[in-house]
Amino acid sequence: MTVGRVLAACALLLATGCSPEVPQETTVNIRIRFSRFVPDHFEFPAGTTVTFVVENRDPIDHEFIIGDERVQQVHEEGTEAHHGAKPGEISIPAGGTRSTTYTLDEPGRLLIGCHLPGHYDFGMRGDIDVTD
Amino acid sequence: MRRAAAVILVFMLGASPAWACGGLVAPNGSVNLLRTSTLAGYHAGVEHYITSFEFVGGGAKFGSIVPLPDRPRWVSRGGDWTLQRLAREVQPPPPQDAVVAQAPPASPAKEVYEKEIDGLLITILKGGARGVGRWAKEEGFKLPPDAPKVLNFYAKRSRWFMAARFIPEKARKKKLRQGDAIPIHLRIPTDDPWVPLRILALGKQQEELVEADVFLLTEREPALLPEPAPAGERGMSLERSEQASQQLLNDLDSDKGMKWIPEESGMWLTYLRLDIDAADLTYDLAVDQTGNGQPSPADAFGKGATTSRDPERTMWAWLALPLIGAGGVRLVGRRLMPRR
Repeated sequence: MTVGRVLAACALLLATGCSPEVPQETTVNIRIRFSRFVPDHFEFPAGTTVTFVVENRDPIDHEFIIGDERVQQVHEEGTEAHHGAKPGEISIPAGGTRSTTYTLDEPGRLLIGCHLPGHYDFGMRGDIDVTD
Repeated sequence: MRRAAAVILVFMLGASPAWACGGLVAPNGSVNLLRTSTLAGYHAGVEHYITSFEFVGGGAKFGSIVPLPDRPRWVSRGGDWTLQRLAREVQPPPPQDAVVAQAPPASPAKEVYEKEIDGLLITILKGGARGVGRWAKEEGFKLPPDAPKVLNFYAKRSRWFMAARFIPEKARKKKLRQGDAIPIHLRIPTDDPWVPLRILALGKQQEELVEADVFLLTEREPALLPEPAPAGERGMSLERSEQASQQLLNDLDSDKGMKWIPEESGMWLTYLRLDIDAADLTYDLAVDQTGNGQPSPADAFGKGATTSRDPERTMWAWLALPLIGAGGVRLVGRRLMPRR
């Protein structure tokens, strides 16, 4: 009986948190105030699926774009007026709250940014460290 | 407590006779300083504000948002040449013996009043930062990223704003050309006439230079906050401080809507030159013209401020945006300033 419980417990551990192959999910809340992301730095282990809930407390519209330098550059030069269909890319209207779910596959550093005219240069950016 | 003394504050942008008054916003979010000339005055509990908005040409949709100290009671066309006359007064070099002073889901802002003056649509708004932002959005304008903080700064003190927009079709009918300026005159009963300067840095890069000339006419030598630097220095420097000439007062008094200027008591002329990085322009101009020598820190630095800050030490600078309403204001559809 006791041996059986120990084996069952071990089996349960292997089937859940102990396995590195089991994807992790989490939710983080981000606030936008005065054209800044708060917080503006995140760290997650690779493989984590993160739901970013972004609350825009400003009286102006903003964006929340996740991606590397190239992605940020594309959006900085792009003309897409609205985001929402693609994971990691949302537009948040003034006073609104939007969420996007993004899986951080590879270790490395990703950036977040708003690319409405002048916003990125103004400092509306942050980063996500994806660890091994 | 009502301050009975009169004060006139004039702000000019740049060394040439171009004037500044508000943050210019465009549909794509780009912003340029709107060049206007401004005269702010305070007499018998009423703040008078005369400014001109410069037509930037074409069919582009541009507007300017200006914070106000209180609710304007009258909006009309400004005088024909008051602003130019003031500019001319200070353009000559000062005389050798000139005195240098020592010294929740937001609802859109409510449109309280609207008036069209020679192709320029003036809208008086009442609302907070979010309300003004939403109003701008609904009108098709995108405010720059620093707008939330700047609007919040002003909305804490006053929920009154003025928006000025040229109506392209009307401007064309009036045959306005790029650079033409339309003067307006607001009369604002208020106990506390402050002059917004910070708004002039709206949308500018941190290191972008803001230049302006500021003129004050008061019944006596005013106390200012921040205290200006000596003439010729960077920041806000006091270039002239002297009794206004009778000729100047006579000239101003003879313009349209300018009868409010005291005829016999004389006025004190102050000329401040602003030369500052946009990042350092984080305050407004507090003027105490009562003779008590106590300009309000809150008026200069925002609600909650209780102490003075030396602009030279803090690297603050000035620019301004005044508002005042006044007697007759009619808009002029003709050039007020020479082209540069």
